Amino acid sequence: MNIRIALPASVAVVGMLAFAGTAVARDQIRVVGSSTVYPFTTAVAEAFGKASGKTPVVESTGTGGGMKIFCEGVGEATADVTNASRRIKKSEVELCAKNGVTEIVEITVGFDGLTLAHSKAGTPFKLTLGQVFLALAEKVPDKDGNLIANPYKQWSDIDASLPATKIEVLGPPPTSGTRDSLHELFLEKGAETFPAIKALKEKDAKAFEAVWKSIRKDGAYVEAGENDNVIVQKLEGNKDAVGVFGYSFLEENTAKITGIAIEGVEPSYEAISGGKYKGARKLYVYVKKQHVGVIPGLDKFVAEYVSDKAIGEEGYLSQKGLVALPKEDQDKVRKSALAMEPMKPELIN
Amino acid sequence: MTDVTFLPGAPSARRLDLTSDAAKARVRSRYRSEARFRWYGICAIVVTAVFLVVLITDILIKGLPAFTQHSLSIDVPVTAELADPEGKGTPEALAAGDYNKLVREAVRSHLGIEGRAATSNLSKLLSTGSGDGLRDAVMSDPKLIGQTVPVTALLSDDADLYLKGTGTKIERADGVAIATPSDVKGDITITAPGAFAADTAALRDVITKRVATLTAGAELYEQSADATVRDRAKPLREEIATLAASISDANAPALLGSHVPSLLIAINGGIVKLSSLTNDTASGTALIPLKSAEAAQAGAWQRVTYVTPEADRKVDDAKVALLDRLQADGKVSRGFNTLFFTAGDSREAELAGIRGALVGSILTLAVTLALCLPIGVMAAVYLEEFAKKNWFTDLIEININNLAAVPSIVFGLLGLAVFLNFFGLPRSAPIVGGLVLALLVLPTIIIAARAALRAVPPSIKEAALGVGASHQQAIFHHVLPLAMPGIMTGTIIGMAHALGETAPLLMIGMVAFIVDIPAGFTDSATALPVQIYLWSDLPEAAFKQKTAAAIIVLLMLLFVMNGLAIWLRKRFERRW
Repeated sequence: MNIRIALPASVAVVGMLAFAGTAVARDQIRVVGSSTVYPFTTAVAEAFGKASGKTPVVESTGTGGGMKIFCEGVGEATADVTNASRRIKKSEVELCAKNGVTEIVEITVGFDGLTLAHSKAGTPFKLTLGQVFLALAEKVPDKDGNLIANPYKQWSDIDASLPATKIEVLGPPPTSGTRDSLHELFLEKGAETFPAIKALKEKDAKAFEAVWKSIRKDGAYVEAGENDNVIVQKLEGNKDAVGVFGYSFLEENTAKITGIAIEGVEPSYEAISGGKYKGARKLYVYVKKQHVGVIPGLDKFVAEYVSDKAIGEEGYLSQKGLVALPKEDQDKVRKSALAMEPMKPELIN
Repeated sequence: MTDVTFLPGAPSARRLDLTSDAAKARVRSRYRSEARFRWYGICAIVVTAVFLVVLITDILIKGLPAFTQHSLSIDVPVTAELADPEGKGTPEALAAGDYNKLVREAVRSHLGIEGRAATSNLSKLLSTGSGDGLRDAVMSDPKLIGQTVPVTALLSDDADLYLKGTGTKIERADGVAIATPSDVKGDITITAPGAFAADTAALRDVITKRVATLTAGAELYEQSADATVRDRAKPLREEIATLAASISDANAPALLGSHVPSLLIAINGGIVKLSSLTNDTASGTALIPLKSAEAAQAGAWQRVTYVTPEADRKVDDAKVALLDRLQADGKVSRGFNTLFFTAGDSREAELAGIRGALVGSILTLAVTLALCLPIGVMAAVYLEEFAKKNWFTDLIEININNLAAVPSIVFGLLGLAVFLNFFGLPRSAPIVGGLVLALLVLPTIIIAARAALRAVPPSIKEAALGVGASHQQAIFHHVLPLAMPGIMTGTIIGMAHALGETAPLLMIGMVAFIVDIPAGFTDSATALPVQIYLWSDLPEAAFKQKTAAAIIVLLMLLFVMNGLAIWLRKRFERRW
């Protein structure tokens, strides 16, 4: 490149930088947060954009990262909405409040099921929460109720009715929201089924937490990365392995993999929506009420999200793998979201 | 090489020994060692080539199908009720029309199917963008309302994948007896004496095998000492009982299910999916209604088998039947997927394109280039030609070399802290991406430019100085032009590096779902490698193909850029 061209060009860029600092008013909604909710919020954003012209920008930052950006403060430079695959934490509400984000509208958009699944070529089997705990926890109770390092190598070591194959579970790493759900929905509940651990819970809550929050590190649990597609692919190649991922990935790959029934309930749309399946978790979207009226279209975006054609049972989100809330809950969510009722921080623990 | 003893001119203390057996052995061993080394080299290249070929073949196999797309050609009667529900005829009113429904209704009446299930099946086969073309046509020419318009409607990603061969093999055989259907729609029993004997026998075998498998499972549960485990055998026992009853005597109807190949009957213009079979009769439900309930002669009706059991594929029998019929009618065509290059991102795989990401990458790289090239060249010229060699310039040199090796995520964190938080630049903007990537490639360009300047022979500069040019003139008129090919090569390789980066963009918000194509440096944008990463994380199977296709595009771009670098070097390089 000729220097006579290059020099003015770079001067122009540097000049632009100086002006960009004083950005013009933002007319595009900005969403951050969970990668689990990302596939659903993007679908809503697209539908909203088709109707209104400006499609919201949806970033995939993870639930925790999203909360940090969301709670940075109020104003055009901050995000308007954050996705979360778990409920907002008390500490996050406090962080928000400290930075001036005092009015947050909570929207429960639906359920996601945490599923265990294996290749169709493998032996089908069912598990109880207790068995999941015995297969995955680092320390498990022995016959006398003392905690020992997990001795189980094969599923049949846990229960004779299970197949005599090596325990090999492919799941998400600790940074993932899905991993949190694995601990809270399966391991905590599973641990409580053992009287010895239940007694421990009453005696020493910290020690109890350590029991269900630690996953075995002897190779039976393999951290397969944030990308659930990778886990599905690995299951296809290894018929004895069990994978942990969201229900939408199971639904999308029913031709290749089968869900494992937990406590006798197969992971299905009906079972998750009806609350029968133990691995169901709620997905949330949090909206900054202070931005309504400042960022154009934010209220309409929320209205699109809670509309029946989006989160309803027949809505387009259910085709994307979101499991709809029961009818009454949906109506409640819709009513409070349309009225932009801020949540009460004292209800969060 | 201790065995080289002959040195010309040196006093030969030892006699040159070339003929003894030991010497010959040494020579042979040296030849062997060289041949071995060549083999090592060839092996290394073969291993690398195999990796590359496997990688590229894998990507091509996965990605190439995404460059074509199936669509449906159908004549759509454009009714005013759906296209212009408010009857105003204004562009806004026309834009709000339900064009997807217009297309769906046209397909529905073509197939002659009715009911909620049919509507739901069709809306899953057609893309949510199937009416977009019709909308554009009607909006540019409102007179089309009331006419019948030929439309090319996109099929959904699932239908598209099915047609690309991820579905099932379909086998057809002519029926052998006179077949009489009991009805034209709903539940239908087809009577054809003896026509289903072979199918029934085969089905009975399959059911017998399944009963055996289920029984083994149930027995395993029942042996358990735990009552809850024994309970799990109950549903299995129930299924066993139903299946066993269906094969208990020769006249009982054998049950078909989703775990065996689906059997259908094409008769009188309709398709019936069978649920049970005896030697003489077949019962099931009509997926496409029959035109009449008349008896069909042998050869005038067909037995159709979808070989892959329904449970093992994504598209169920009803949809396969509809697609099969549309294909037989010549309505389905496969064409080049232009949308992939003209559309922005979308959550519908069949509508998603890379244009947004491509434009984002170009804008980002433009900022990077505009900053990097002048700054990098100036820095290199000063350091190489003007700066004194002292401890301070040494320190700068060490730092530049270090910066070139810093992990790229660090630059992203720096961008977040400096450009977003301190300068208040917008998130997700190509200008910030460009700045961050400029920091990333600047060291590479400075190092390359200095190497290129150093490669120009000092005699050129000295000659210029000798005829009276100033130091600056000597460098800008003579040295720099000669070093330019080398500098360009370094710059292009640096740009190619920047094109492939995602990590630094994560922190500044460019890893995002962005539908609108960016029009300027401060618009929200994403980049090609980010698009690849985002698509790879989505559950829909069709996005796997899109991911591979986007990788192909990125690889092509890198190939072109690196090719350009080589061409520039060859074209302008001068040797002395």
